Amino acid sequence: MGGRRTFVDLEVISQSAKKVKEQLSRRPVLCLSGVTKALALFLANGKKGVTSMLTYTVRRVFSLIPVLFGMTLIVFAIIHAIPGNPAQVILGQRATQESIALVTKELGLDRPWYIQYFDYINKLLHGDLGTSLRTRGPINEEIWPFLAATFELTLVAMFIAIIIGVNAGIISAWFSKSWFDYFAMLLALIGVSMPIFWLGLMMQWGFANELGLFPTTGRENVRDPVNSITNLYLIDTLLQGRFDQFATVVKHLVLPSFALATIPMAIIARMTRATMLEVMKSDYIRTARAKGLRMFWVVYKHSLKNAVIPVLTVIGLQTGLLLGGAILTETIFGWPGIGRYLYDAILYRDYPVIQSGILIIAAIFVLINLIVDLLYVFVDPRIKYTK
Amino acid sequence: MAELAKNTENIPLISTEEKLIPPWKEAWFSFSKNRLAIVGLGIVIFFIILAIIAPYIAPYSFKDQVLAERMQAPSSKHWFGTDDFGRDIFSRVIYGARISLWVGFFSVLGSVVFGTILGIVAGYYGSWVDAIISRIFDILLAFPSILLAISIVAILGPSLQNALIAIAIINVPNFGRLVRSKVLSIKQEEYIMAARAVGMKDARILFRHILPNSISPVIVQATLAIATAIIEAAALGFLGMGAQAPTPEWGKMLADSRNYITQAPWTLIFPGLAIMLTVLGFNLMGDGLRDALDPKMKQ
Repeated sequence: MGGRRTFVDLEVISQSAKKVKEQLSRRPVLCLSGVTKALALFLANGKKGVTSMLTYTVRRVFSLIPVLFGMTLIVFAIIHAIPGNPAQVILGQRATQESIALVTKELGLDRPWYIQYFDYINKLLHGDLGTSLRTRGPINEEIWPFLAATFELTLVAMFIAIIIGVNAGIISAWFSKSWFDYFAMLLALIGVSMPIFWLGLMMQWGFANELGLFPTTGRENVRDPVNSITNLYLIDTLLQGRFDQFATVVKHLVLPSFALATIPMAIIARMTRATMLEVMKSDYIRTARAKGLRMFWVVYKHSLKNAVIPVLTVIGLQTGLLLGGAILTETIFGWPGIGRYLYDAILYRDYPVIQSGILIIAAIFVLINLIVDLLYVFVDPRIKYTK
Repeated sequence: MAELAKNTENIPLISTEEKLIPPWKEAWFSFSKNRLAIVGLGIVIFFIILAIIAPYIAPYSFKDQVLAERMQAPSSKHWFGTDDFGRDIFSRVIYGARISLWVGFFSVLGSVVFGTILGIVAGYYGSWVDAIISRIFDILLAFPSILLAISIVAILGPSLQNALIAIAIINVPNFGRLVRSKVLSIKQEEYIMAARAVGMKDARILFRHILPNSISPVIVQATLAIATAIIEAAALGFLGMGAQAPTPEWGKMLADSRNYITQAPWTLIFPGLAIMLTVLGFNLMGDGLRDALDPKMKQ
């Protein structure tokens, strides 16, 4: 350090810094400690904190009801506005007028729209998503494997995006105006501007077709299919102890998840960098530096904790966008997910599937946003939801 | 009242010397200092010029099929190679700029107009009007945008024009919310109260004071929205729900050449690069505009 220039007793500072370091070395790495602390605070705060949090949660959940209700209305309107008659789809092009009329009556499509809507809501509330016109199977059973496939893909993509994005943002802010900063931010800018379907195609061409490192499409080796238990193949293969299958599943995941992760990764990196730069200007960071705390801890512990809120918002928003992006990624990589399921349904005009598929994706999106909102309180104890 | 205004007119409240530079000039000054923003502007202008003079510089027509020259690698004759119908990709990419920029500009224009109107109505009149409009925005924003666009195109039928309409619709809530929040904050300003106190009509307050003061974030948002609109249009084209053959739309070109990815990768590389560059241009420009016009939004 500078030495004689300061009047502060350097020995005292270095001793206290040592203590801090010792304490830190015993703690779990990264900012998980912040979350646990918040949790402890939240629990220790006693009744008052819990009830206000509870009322907030309840209020938020109830405020979702009109949104979800409106969504069913919009989805219902969309389906009924699509030109074409479902009865015709079931019976095919050469069906006679009489048979079409019969099936129309059977499906209840001859009733007024509001009765159909109430019927639809009624069934929805009983967990009945309808029957697929194409497979004749109940959608609420059929949809699970597709949903699980998308869940797996999205989760892995988000994981990649957060790990790489947050760290790239942190290092860029830490060494701001270094070559790493410029390079990472240039990459992030390109990443934001990249159409993911094109990136997916290019990755498919480069890594699968040319280099043969990864499989081009699908989720598993079709000659050696995974016995599904949870439909999350990463878990299923491990549960069955099939490590060879696990490796193939991972290989199948690499390209689609990286393609899907690109945009959120870029956005998260930019957001993290911006907020970190802001936070690192604050006084308490200077204090931490002044007492001789290693830069690593200043960055990863002190600054990150306060930079996490905007980043969390972005992560929440991006998870929703990932669900949309999954449609494109799944089409390119032949991933049997919900996006693919929906896209096929649109091509075949499988109305009940379109209806339920859109509704489920939108509902998940709304739910993720709710979870992110509630997470804020745990991460940042300063945020209090009163009112 | 008028007399009072006249009397107070010449009393400087604060030193006005620094404020003499018109705001647009100040914004341009700050914008022109931002190197990345200038690069973005350059890219955008480049593509606009490309789109305008496409028929004069494209060496071939975008739809002429020369089957004898199918899937040729890039050469001096065909700079970007040819596709599976023997069409010149360089020419198709140039004509594609017309389509993407057209969709980008007009879909965003549509969203800005409708979003601004709804946002102003919601923000200025408040109460139940605001409640209804805001709830509709909430619900529309609750859908992943590309999903909503696909659904709208499914109703209207796949075509470039319907893709444009769908993209315009999905972006309306973004602008609506932006304008609404801006109007809400401006409404509290003292000069609006003053305007109302001197008996100014609602419409005049809206158009003379509130609208001009809320326009800069809209410009920033619109520039960035054009970037996403171009990607969304390409995505719809790629899924077969946007432009139809033989329109040289970039996304559609990617979808058409997908199966030839190993034999003729150039059929995919160049349209994709064109999308990326255009979008990058608008993104850089938008970031620069945000820093210049709205320092508070600076990231």
